[in-house]
Amino acid sequence: MVLRMTGIRKRFPGVVALDDVDFRLLPGEVHALMGENGAGKSTLIKVLTGVYGVDAGEIELAGEPVSFTGPAAAQRAGVSTVYQEVNLCPNLSIAENILLGREPRRFGRIRWAPMRRRAEELLARLDLELDVSAPLSAQSIAVQQLVAIARALDVDARVLVLDEPTSSLDSHEVDRLLAVMRTLRDEGMAILFVTHFIDQVFAISDRMTVLRNGKLVGEYETAEITPVELVTRMIGKELATLDELEQVRPERTVREELLRAEEVGRAGGIEPFSLGIQRGEVVGLAGLLGSGRTELARLLFGADHADQGTIRVDDKPVSLRTPRAAIARGIAFCSENRKTEGLVEDLTVRENIALAVQASRGWTKPLSRKRQEEIAESSIKALDIRPANPEAKVGELSGGNQQKVLLARWLITEPRLLILDEPTRGIDIGAKTEIQKLVTRLAAEGMAVVFISAELEEVLRLSDRVLVLRDRQVVAQLDNDALTPEQIMATIADGGAE
Amino acid sequence: MTTLTASRQRYLPIIATFALLVGAYGFGAAQYEAFASGQVVLNILIDNAFLLVVAIGMTFVILTGGIDLSVGAVVALSTLVSARLLAAGVSPLVVLVLVLVIGGTLGLGMGAVIHYFELQPFIVTLAGMFLARGLCYTISVESISITDGFFTTMAQTPVSLPGGMHVSTSVVIAVIVLAVAAYVLHFTRLGRTVYAIGGSEQSAMLMGLPVARTKITVYAISGLCSALGGVLLAFYTLSGNALHAVGMELDAIAAVVIGGTILTGGTGYVLGTVLGVLVLGIIQTLITFDGTLSSWWTKIVIGALLFVFIVLQRLVSRRAR
Ligand SMILES: Nc1ncnc2c1ncn2[C@@H]1O[C@H](COP(=O)(O)OP(=O)(O)OP(=O)(O)O)[C@@H](O)[C@H]1O
Ligand SMILES: [Mg+2]
Repeated sequence: MVLRMTGIRKRFPGVVALDDVDFRLLPGEVHALMGENGAGKSTLIKVLTGVYGVDAGEIELAGEPVSFTGPAAAQRAGVSTVYQEVNLCPNLSIAENILLGREPRRFGRIRWAPMRRRAEELLARLDLELDVSAPLSAQSIAVQQLVAIARALDVDARVLVLDEPTSSLDSHEVDRLLAVMRTLRDEGMAILFVTHFIDQVFAISDRMTVLRNGKLVGEYETAEITPVELVTRMIGKELATLDELEQVRPERTVREELLRAEEVGRAGGIEPFSLGIQRGEVVGLAGLLGSGRTELARLLFGADHADQGTIRVDDKPVSLRTPRAAIARGIAFCSENRKTEGLVEDLTVRENIALAVQASRGWTKPLSRKRQEEIAESSIKALDIRPANPEAKVGELSGGNQQKVLLARWLITEPRLLILDEPTRGIDIGAKTEIQKLVTRLAAEGMAVVFISAELEEVLRLSDRVLVLRDRQVVAQLDNDALTPEQIMATIADGGAE
Repeated sequence: MTTLTASRQRYLPIIATFALLVGAYGFGAAQYEAFASGQVVLNILIDNAFLLVVAIGMTFVILTGGIDLSVGAVVALSTLVSARLLAAGVSPLVVLVLVLVIGGTLGLGMGAVIHYFELQPFIVTLAGMFLARGLCYTISVESISITDGFFTTMAQTPVSLPGGMHVSTSVVIAVIVLAVAAYVLHFTRLGRTVYAIGGSEQSAMLMGLPVARTKITVYAISGLCSALGGVLLAFYTLSGNALHAVGMELDAIAAVVIGGTILTGGTGYVLGTVLGVLVLGIIQTLITFDGTLSSWWTKIVIGALLFVFIVLQRLVSRRAR
C-alpha cells in the first residue's frame, strides 16, 4: 500500500470537514474520491499534502508515518498534486509555471532554452501545442488547468493527486488526460482522482472512496457498483433524473428579439459574427478549447469591446464598451474564472451575492442590511449553498459552493440576458440538475440565456439553438431539435461546411 | 502574434520611461549648452549611486509584493557606524564587513517577523525604520566626519572613461550590484521565486516553492543593499550623520515604480529601476541648471515634474497598446 490515512479528523471554525475518515491507495491504481460539494474531498487532499494540519489521525506513506509541513515537503516525498483551483502564477510564462522549482540549471544558472523544450514536451504529452514563453494570464482556464496538470506530471512521483482536473476541459482533452493517467497507472503510479463527472469515474477508476458530509461512506470496487448506486451513496438519497427537463422546455409563443449583433468581431479575439437572441431563448455555445466561446461572450458583455460591427438591444443601437454599459441594459455575465474575475474571497457569502445588485443600483443607494440578508437567504436556499450561513467567508467554501455563490449573484439581478460561462464547473451532479432546471425556468419566464459549457450534453439539454464555434469563428447556427453531441462534433470537425 | 504583443506589453513601461528620459535629456540639451555633454549623465549617476543601490534592493522587495520603509534609516545608520568606527581607528575593511552584516541582519529580522507573524511589511519595516533611526542618535547626534585614508581615496579617485569622461568608484560598485541583481532575478531559482510570490503567494506555496525562505531573503537583500548604499553615501559625503537619507525610502520606492515595477508585485525589471533613478536625477539636474529656483521651490518643481512624467509615461504606454 502506498498511502494509508486512518481516523483523519479536521475541523474548521464551525464545521467538521473530516470526521474519522479512512483512506487507502494502492500502487498502480486510479482511485476516485467521490462526494457532493463540501463533502470534504479537497480538505482530505490538503491534509494529505500538509497544507492543513490534522486534528486527529495518522498518515502513512509506503509504511512510514509522515506529517508534511507543506506541499514542498509532500512533493519531495513523491506526492505530486494538482489542487482544485488553478494554483499557478499568472504573471509568469507557461514554461515557468510548469517547471518552477525544477528548472534545468547549470552551476545554479537557469537554462532557459532546455526549460522551454522540456515544457513543450510535457504539454505534448497532453496533446497541447502552445507558445510556452507566453504569460499564463493570457490563457483560458482550460489551458491553465492543463498547465497545472503538466506541472504535476513532471515530478517523479509515487502518488499523483488530481483534484477536479477535468472541470473545464472538453472531451478531447479529457480523453487525452485519461490516456496519460492509464499509462502512469500501468507504470505503477498511484493516482487519486476527484471529479463530478460520473462517466469519467467509470471510464478510468479501479476503486473509489465515497465521502458524505465529512464522513466516510465506504470504499468500492468500480466493477462492483453501478452509477446509480454510486450517486445514491454520494447524496444519501435517490437522485431525481433529468428526463423531465425535456418536457419543461416550453414552446415559446412570443418571438421578440432582445439583442442583435451584426458582424460584431474583435481582432485577435473572434471573427465577425451575426447573432440574434430572443426573449426566453437559451442559446448554447459549443466548441472546443480555444474556439472563442468566452471571447464571444465577453464582447456581448462589453468586457472586451468589439472593433467592428453593431449591437442592437431592443432594436436600438448600443455601445457596449464597458460591463457597466451592458449591466445597465440588463445584461449579466457569470465568468468562468471565479477566482480572479468573480468572487471576493475575503467577503462573506451575503456580501458577494449582494455585489451585483448593489452595483446596478449605484453606490449612492446602498441596499439595507436586512434586504441583503433576505437576498442571501433565498439564494442559499435556491441553490443549496453549504454551509447555509450567509456570514461565512467565500474563501472558506468548497469549490462547488463558491461557484453557486457566483451564480446566485447574477441570478438575483434579474437580468434580461444572462450569459453563463461554464456555470456548472465543479458542481456536483445533484446541484447541477438544480441549476439546469433553474435556467430552464428562468427562460420560460422570459429571460434570454447564453449558455457556455465544455460538456456538450449539457448544452444540448438546455439550448433552443446552438452556435458552433471553431478557430474563433462561428461556423454554424443549429436549431436544437434532437441534436446529438455527435452531430455537433461532426459540425466542428468539418467546420460547418455541411 | 499574441505572444509578440504580450512580451512587448511587458517591456512597455520600460520603453516608455526610456523614451521620456531621452526626451528630457534632449530638452535639457536644447536649453543649456553644457547639458549636452555626456558627463552630465554620468554626473547624475555619480550623485545617485547610493540611491541606485538602495533602489535595487527595494526592487526585490516590491517584486514580491512587499515594501521596505526602513532603507533610509539603515543608510543613515550605516554612515554613522562607519564614521564612528573609523574614528575609533578600526580597519576600514572590518568596518565595511560589519556594516553590511548589520544591514543584512536587520533586513533578515524584519523579513522573519513579516513572514512568521503574518504581519504587514508596511508596519514592520516602519518599526524597523524608527529602530534604525533611533540607533543613529544613540551613536551620535552630531555629524562625524570621515578622514580615513581608504574612504577618502574611494571618494576622490575618479575612474576614467574614454572620451575624457569619468565616474566615481561608487558608480562602478553600483553597476556591479545592478549586474548581480539582474542575474539573480532572471537566471536563478531565487529570482524566479521572487516573481512567483509576487504573482500569487498562495499559489507559490501550493506549487511547493520555498516561500518562507525567499520572502525573508528578499528583506535581507534590501537590508544589505541599504547598508552598501550607506557606505557609498559615506564615500560621497565623507561623513556619518543621523540626518542623512531622510525620506530616501520614498525616493527609492518612486524610482522602482517609475521604472515600471508594479507595487502589488510580480512584474517589473531591475533595469527599469535604473531608469527610474535616472529620471529622478535628471529632473534634479534640470532644476540645478536653471539655477533660479530657491531650495523649497526645487521640491515643488520636482513634484510637479514627476507628476507630468508619470502621466506622460502612462499615456505613452496606453497609446502603444
Ligand atoms: N479554509 C477553510 N475554512 C473554513 N471552512 C473550510 C475551509 N476549507 C473548507 N472548509 C469547509 O470544509 C467543508 C469541506 O470542504 P471541501 O473543500 O473539502 O469540499 P469538497 O468535497 O472538495 O467540495 P467541492 O466538490 O465543492 O470541491 C466545507 O463545508 C467547507 O465549507
Ligand atoms: Mg473540492
